[in-house]
Amino acid sequence: MTPSVLLLAIVALSLIAFQVGRARALASVGGLRGVRNLHSLPGHYGLLTALWCGIPALLLALIWWSAQDQVLINLVAAELPADLRNLDPASFSLFLNDVRNVVAGNIPADQVSTETAGAASHYLRLRTISQWSIAVMALSAGVIALLIVRSRIRPEFRARNRVERLIEGLLFLCSTLAVLTTIGIVLSVVFESIRFFNIVPLTDFLFGTQWSPQMAIRADQVGSSGAFGAVPLFAGTLLISAIAMCVAVPIGLFSAIYLAEYAPYKLRGIVKPLLEVLAGVPTVVYGFFAVTTIGPLLRGWGVELGLDVSGESALAAGLVMGIMIIPFVSSLADDMITAVPQSLRDGAYALGATRSETIRQVVLRAALPGIVGGVLLAISRAIGETMIVVMAAGLAANLTANPLEAVTTVTVQIVTLLVGDQEFDSPKTLAAFALGLMLFLVTLLLNVIALYVVRKYREQYE
Amino acid sequence: MSSAALPVPQGIKTVGTVTVAEPVFSCRDVNVYYGDKHAIKGVNIDIARKQVLAMIGPSGCGKSTFLRCLNRMNDTILGARVEGQIALEGQDIHEKRQDVVQLRARVGMVFQKPNPFPKSIYENVAYGPRIHGLAADRGELDDIVNSSLRRAGLWEEVKDRLNQPGTSLSGGQQQRLCIARTIAVNPEVILMDEPCSALDPIATARIEDLIDELRESYAICIVTHSMQQAARVSQRTAYFHLGDLVEVGETDKIFTNPRAKLTEDYITGRFG
Repeated sequence: MTPSVLLLAIVALSLIAFQVGRARALASVGGLRGVRNLHSLPGHYGLLTALWCGIPALLLALIWWSAQDQVLINLVAAELPADLRNLDPASFSLFLNDVRNVVAGNIPADQVSTETAGAASHYLRLRTISQWSIAVMALSAGVIALLIVRSRIRPEFRARNRVERLIEGLLFLCSTLAVLTTIGIVLSVVFESIRFFNIVPLTDFLFGTQWSPQMAIRADQVGSSGAFGAVPLFAGTLLISAIAMCVAVPIGLFSAIYLAEYAPYKLRGIVKPLLEVLAGVPTVVYGFFAVTTIGPLLRGWGVELGLDVSGESALAAGLVMGIMIIPFVSSLADDMITAVPQSLRDGAYALGATRSETIRQVVLRAALPGIVGGVLLAISRAIGETMIVVMAAGLAANLTANPLEAVTTVTVQIVTLLVGDQEFDSPKTLAAFALGLMLFLVTLLLNVIALYVVRKYREQYE
Repeated sequence: MSSAALPVPQGIKTVGTVTVAEPVFSCRDVNVYYGDKHAIKGVNIDIARKQVLAMIGPSGCGKSTFLRCLNRMNDTILGARVEGQIALEGQDIHEKRQDVVQLRARVGMVFQKPNPFPKSIYENVAYGPRIHGLAADRGELDDIVNSSLRRAGLWEEVKDRLNQPGTSLSGGQQQRLCIARTIAVNPEVILMDEPCSALDPIATARIEDLIDELRESYAICIVTHSMQQAARVSQRTAYFHLGDLVEVGETDKIFTNPRAKLTEDYITGRFG
């Protein structure tokens, strides 16, 4: 019985359990006319029986499946001839890999040695047994649970409350999984970063102005000292983010004001979704646009003005990133502006304020905390944005404030450090984790501040 | 300033005397449409100086809509259309040369829910004088804020915390702040749209006392759901029903001896 068939069987068993529980509950009060004597609705009894039947069966199956391969491989290995078992660990694990590949059908069985083919067929035999036994175990667990719950169903049995509690438990489990995953990612980044800081001192990383992460592979290699000063990267990130915000904040804010306060109803209905489409454009397309259109354009203008504009400039990347963030800023600002109660506008109008006075002095004033929060969120997005800068900003770690030069950013360096074949214990690759950790801390801080500001504002009017 | 009441059209259904001598506002055959809905149907009424006019009637009868015609607040509502003559001191407020900013400086409004701006108490009151350029310097502005808060009966409570946000006040204080904000631009008429409906009885009593004091300087129009309030604060009462102005008359007479059947039914509590 393959896993998918077993899953279907568990679902089917649960459906049966639903009917059994429901029928039992009805029978205990003498049919549909007696429903008022039941503590809960018949469906609750059915649902409770189904959940109690399905969940243990499913859990059992999941645990078994996650351990199955390891157990089977060990069994197969134990049965192998002695000369194979006495191979050195590397060759032995290679052999076991071959067995796995044959089992998965990646290598035809007639192209491998007879030992491998034999082990593979042994594995397959064991797997069939294993799958049948788990099927029997899971389904019988389900049936036993079903019978236990069924035997406990009486009119005063509080099925509704128990279903509620079970559902709450399931929801809690899902949210815990999400949180645990996040914690896991953070921890792995932290531990890798600690390994990095064991090789490169924290102060060198934070305050060094030289970034050249090439390390010598052999001791006699020249020209690859490996310098891990992150200042140029953060400076580049800041420069590009600043340019992006210079584009996104005014345009986004003003378009939000226009859409929320001035635009006719119909126009708003068309323009707002269109603006949000802009947010759906994949960032790689923006990057493409930056490299093929904006970069050369700026370079051309630079030549005419007698300026030396690099083909991959901070300006091009920042401009395009700003365009990318416009819908983000405008949609958040629009929400904040429309959340300002109409009564405030009426109050200003009734005093004889004009529309622009009302907007500037009353509406924006009331929406300001929310808009500031939105802008902070936008900044943290700009800092974490990768694709556009990878394509348009360049790789040279220049420490400069000149937007016409090529700079590089934290995200770009992480990408270049990890692209291609890498060994995961050299400072070069570990540096990526340290950069990632820094990036994470900065955006986390910005998000916390932004959410705090936004929430504080929201409380005011709800 | 003086102005004669406009002539009243023949055959109006309103019971009672719609005209007064030397009215501030003279409204003739006012109709309001919200899209297809005919919200106000040919209303004729004058509004007297230094007097409180109460507008009463069941929900949706058009009393608030009519109030909002008087300072053209209906302009801001999409699909609203106002027809007829509304003359402020003999000058039609819908005329092309009527500047709506000027109009609203002359006709102030207090709303149902207190709506202080997200500014300090001082700046809330100073807002109107600032946008109309009423104060030449900071000293004059201070005087305006001071006297407006005094006349609104709020000065003693807030004089030590003028820089705190207006929203930090209690509901009743906020409403008096809104009244102070309105009288700071020295209007001729004050419109009040159910100014006490969000307040407790004690705050309501304070606002009612205040209305009585303000009557000495301004013409006041108040929309209210409370007949007791209308009886307490007003000298003249107008009863609206489904967009019609059914009856206008002196408050004493309307409440003791209504002439229209609909008015009688309403004030005796048969519907509402």
